[in-house]
Amino acid sequence: MLQKIYDWIDERIDITPIWRDIADHEVPEHVNPAHHFSAFVYCFGGLTFFVVVIQILSGMFLTMYYVPDIENAWKSVYYLQTEVAHGQIVRGMHHWGASVVIVMLLLHTLRVFFQGAYKKPRELNWMVGVLIFFVMLGLGFTGYLLPWDNKAYFATQVGLEMAEQVPVIGGELKALLAGDEEIVGAQTLTRFFAIHVFFLPGALFALMAIHFVLIRRQGISGPL
Amino acid sequence: MSEEKQQVSRRQFLNYTLTGVGGFMAAGLLAPMLRMAIDPVLQPPSEGEFVNVGLAVEDITTTPQRVDWKIKQVDGWYESEPGRTAWVYKDDNGDIIALSPICTHLGCVVSWEGSEDHPNQFFCPCHDGRYTKDGVNVKGTPPLAPLPTFEQKVENGMLYLGKAIPRKGA
Repeated sequence: MLQKIYDWIDERIDITPIWRDIADHEVPEHVNPAHHFSAFVYCFGGLTFFVVVIQILSGMFLTMYYVPDIENAWKSVYYLQTEVAHGQIVRGMHHWGASVVIVMLLLHTLRVFFQGAYKKPRELNWMVGVLIFFVMLGLGFTGYLLPWDNKAYFATQVGLEMAEQVPVIGGELKALLAGDEEIVGAQTLTRFFAIHVFFLPGALFALMAIHFVLIRRQGISGPL
Repeated sequence: MSEEKQQVSRRQFLNYTLTGVGGFMAAGLLAPMLRMAIDPVLQPPSEGEFVNVGLAVEDITTTPQRVDWKIKQVDGWYESEPGRTAWVYKDDNGDIIALSPICTHLGCVVSWEGSEDHPNQFFCPCHDGRYTKDGVNVKGTPPLAPLPTFEQKVENGMLYLGKAIPRKGA
């Protein structure tokens, strides 16, 4: 049945070559942990991607219950956490996954750094990777505020004051992030929510696409 | 490896194993999310609580009168007291009838003798839907079912109303 559906589509638009380009390529021996166990260090990039997929999925489901509004944000999180079946698990996945993403990202970066895999001709991919790292930190920072509890509020307060220390444009930068020059409140929360679920994920998808296209074009760097 | 023909090739075995493990992981990830998403569907239907609508039984006449009251509603993390309305009267047997004013056509609000052209009937202004006094829809007008009736009880001479129960189409 599935084969028939696949054949029907393939006959018309010839998807097999596309599929081959994306998924069907050999893993070099030096990258395969089955050959050299130490090759597990090559898994960190993929693991980062895997956790990102979890973050995207769990985040999508969380927005079914979450409200980005100062009156209801905390209440909706509390409701989700205590009243909704498995809500605690899904928020737990998003909460812990946020930390795991950063850990995996760092391990991946360390591997690339210490193997010198960033060297010519892969400098561009290193730069894209650094941008992904910044986007991830942004996602962590904006997501931290969303439960709207004391920890979230004061952590954001501190983060915004750091932004304010930027020379010359500090004040404007803070107002841009917080939605107000002084108050960390209603406008900050909606802003952080929009940045967290629309702007940064959009940037993340674009950067990840470039990251992966570049890997496919340039191949994995050779053995040490 | 034996020389005999293998039932399952090494490649097949690996394929099955990887698909199985991958499927198990995917299921483990998705199960809590889907369970959370469908939670509202699996909630037991809410029990209608009877609320004193502030109308003494002796004040109920044979002419439908409009009664407004408030119920307590918990909607997730939001608690409120939305209003409810009923048309209440005593029928020929002296039984109390409490009709919901929500038109069974598309949910507008009907009122008793809402149109001067149709005395002794409930009238819906949206599409000229009409109901007779007992709440039964008039044939040839848009509604396809009678007005729902509220569950009711009388305590200490006061009228208590619960949930509106839909009636079968006539």
